[in-house]
Amino acid sequence: MTTNTPAVATATPETQAPRETYLNCSSGFMSWAGTLDHKRIGIMYLVGVGIAFLAGGLFALLVRLHLWEPEGLLFSNLDYNQVFTLHGAFMVFLFVIPAIPGSIGNMVLPLMVGAKDVALPRLNLLSFYLWLTGAILATLAIVLGGFDTGWTFYAPYSLYTDKAVVTIGLAVFVLGFSSIFTGLNFIVTVHKLRAPGMTWFRMPLMVWALYSTSILQVLATPVLGITVLLVAFERLYHIGIFDPRLGGDPVLFEHFFWFYSHPAVYIMVLPAFGIISELVSVHSRKPLFGYKLIAFSSLAIAIISFLVWGHHMFTSGQSTYAMFAFSFLTFFVAIPTAIKEFSWVATVWKGSVALNSPMLYALAFLIIFAIGGLTGVILGTLNVNLHLHDTYFVVAHFHYVMMGSISLAFFAGLHHWWPKMFGKMYSETLAKIACLIIFVGFNMTFIPQFIMGSRGMPRRYATYVPEFEPFHQASTIGAIILGCGVALMVFYLLQSLLSGKKAKENQWGGVTLDWHTPTPPPHLNFDHEPKVVHEVYDYSTLDYESMQRDAT
Amino acid sequence: MSHDDHHAVVVPAPGPEFVPHEVAHHFSTPVQEFQSGKLGFWLFLATEILLFGGLFAAYFYFHEVYPETFRVGGQQLDWRLGALNTSVLLLSSWTMAMGVRSAQTSQKSKTLMFLGLTVLGAAIFMVIKFFEYKAKNEHGLIVFSELFRPFIENPDGTGSLAWFQDYHGVMAGVPHGHMFFAIYLTMTAIHGLHVVIGAGLIIWIMFGTAKGRFHAGYFMPVDLVGLYWHLVDLIWIFLFPLLYLVP
Repeated sequence: MTTNTPAVATATPETQAPRETYLNCSSGFMSWAGTLDHKRIGIMYLVGVGIAFLAGGLFALLVRLHLWEPEGLLFSNLDYNQVFTLHGAFMVFLFVIPAIPGSIGNMVLPLMVGAKDVALPRLNLLSFYLWLTGAILATLAIVLGGFDTGWTFYAPYSLYTDKAVVTIGLAVFVLGFSSIFTGLNFIVTVHKLRAPGMTWFRMPLMVWALYSTSILQVLATPVLGITVLLVAFERLYHIGIFDPRLGGDPVLFEHFFWFYSHPAVYIMVLPAFGIISELVSVHSRKPLFGYKLIAFSSLAIAIISFLVWGHHMFTSGQSTYAMFAFSFLTFFVAIPTAIKEFSWVATVWKGSVALNSPMLYALAFLIIFAIGGLTGVILGTLNVNLHLHDTYFVVAHFHYVMMGSISLAFFAGLHHWWPKMFGKMYSETLAKIACLIIFVGFNMTFIPQFIMGSRGMPRRYATYVPEFEPFHQASTIGAIILGCGVALMVFYLLQSLLSGKKAKENQWGGVTLDWHTPTPPPHLNFDHEPKVVHEVYDYSTLDYESMQRDAT
Repeated sequence: MSHDDHHAVVVPAPGPEFVPHEVAHHFSTPVQEFQSGKLGFWLFLATEILLFGGLFAAYFYFHEVYPETFRVGGQQLDWRLGALNTSVLLLSSWTMAMGVRSAQTSQKSKTLMFLGLTVLGAAIFMVIKFFEYKAKNEHGLIVFSELFRPFIENPDGTGSLAWFQDYHGVMAGVPHGHMFFAIYLTMTAIHGLHVVIGAGLIIWIMFGTAKGRFHAGYFMPVDLVGLYWHLVDLIWIFLFPLLYLVP
């Protein structure tokens, strides 16, 4: 694959300067660090969340290695608390929440609606720097003594522990505002910057998904902000509202925390839904089944997700009637979610499916998300939850959603838009192998955790009874396989930047506006202001010639 | 930065003392720019309300749990000073609205005067607030010098706070007397921080006004800072009765 690259390079006439793209239009450190271009900010986010993901993954591997033996292999019990907290906090706040909107969303949303940039480019850059500040603060918190509260900061323990809770709280506050500003920007962009002819129902479903996400980001995240501030105040001057020693109520903290953090689950997963919606359509060369249903189900999820936070607190002490209501409403969220899953499957059905690597990741998502979603319904059932609460069953469930679904969708989107972003292609063969390894490794990690959880293995424990040893060991081996798959993916993606083949102008045959601009896009996204005259996903408009032509 | 190959839309200045406004590169019209800024700012204000919403929720919850504490605690605040501060903020909201109106009608010196009066209102508010805090300090209800001292654990499992001394024993008969003052301090301090930020923004806008950047063709920043100031006022309008007047 490296042999023909010099040949192509020499074949280019020297008189013809390379086309100006957003990547080569200006250079130097400040042209990136001070850029207002949503595409460059997207790339910076991609690097950032990528590093955060690898760091969080490393902590995960340490957790799994420690659990190789019932008495624990690597850490003291107290150190173990820190390692799993680091894993959770890094993954949730630095990776899963910002990953898709910040990187892929930033890159493709303005392209998809036919805008020159997001509506508020300076705010977009600020959002990235807030993310960076949050990442630095989180790292600083490790140096200042670490934190061992779990990513949930439950009171009263988070008020009493002698670790750097205020610093990590500040990090979460700052990261929250980074997330808010991204969401705010996307809402304004979708409302005000759509190209002529881009009606609401001609918007790609990725845009609908990011729009719904943004509503949640703007309306839920401030509550997390005030919650972590109040925890910090408790530690600084003992305001007392969460501290039972001062007449406060720790359950109030849980209400505040989950009022944000349940919608946050959908802040994480809705963009993943958006990616999958795009991919199953493009790689099946077929309009999406139930376009409007998927669009409205995103909004429905956004609204209902505000009403289900209590299902995290079935054992925390709330009234029986509240528990009935929360359990019932939890089932309700399953309906719009199932509508999406069925619509995707119906889209693939009898489509002309091309098993490109992004599509393989998307298909893996469909399988894993079905399991992740259905186990959520199991956990939403009141009486079953009382049995399974705080066991590995919960851990496995949300990893099927967080890691298996969201991260796989992120990988799928990354592979799908990689040629668009860089004009380079990675090795499809290696990509397919990596997808297979990740799929196998992931299931091997978490299926044993479902079994252990249903038998009573509690989460967050540093040690366990010997009966669980084979399950934990299988899970650890799975995690190592998963880690190898991710390492392979990082390898071939980086390799493609150095020596990858040129991508095609329209690598996969997409018809949304992001594929109607040169690859990689110019600085202002479009050479001519786009006018939208076709319905979305109308594959009769596909320009097959652009799928053959090399990107310039 | 090196991409001025497109034609920027420019809004002309209404007079020699003003500068024309160049619409940002990614907008097609000044109206689109204005609407985008405004929608974005309203969304930001929604996040501010939700941020305070957490504090209001805490207030209502503990008002329900310890009604006596909140009744007696509220009596320790001077409602006359609170009412005075409410009037000051309401007046400053009016001067802010007049400032925005003057900017919209390209009346530069009038804009500067009204914005200056608004900053004055903010300053008066903070001075009155300072004297209120000082009184709390003197009565030992919020001892500011002891605020960040560690928690003192009593043998019976309860705790004592260095910053809550209650020299005159006014809260002696009610449970967890510090709770009212902790919530009072947190809410008013965060609100006060917003007053200071708002005043800073207004001063920044005054510099722009002096340079002639804001006029009938472009007044968005003045408009948005005005919205922010009204929100600061609005939150106080809820804080005042809840903390000073509700029995």
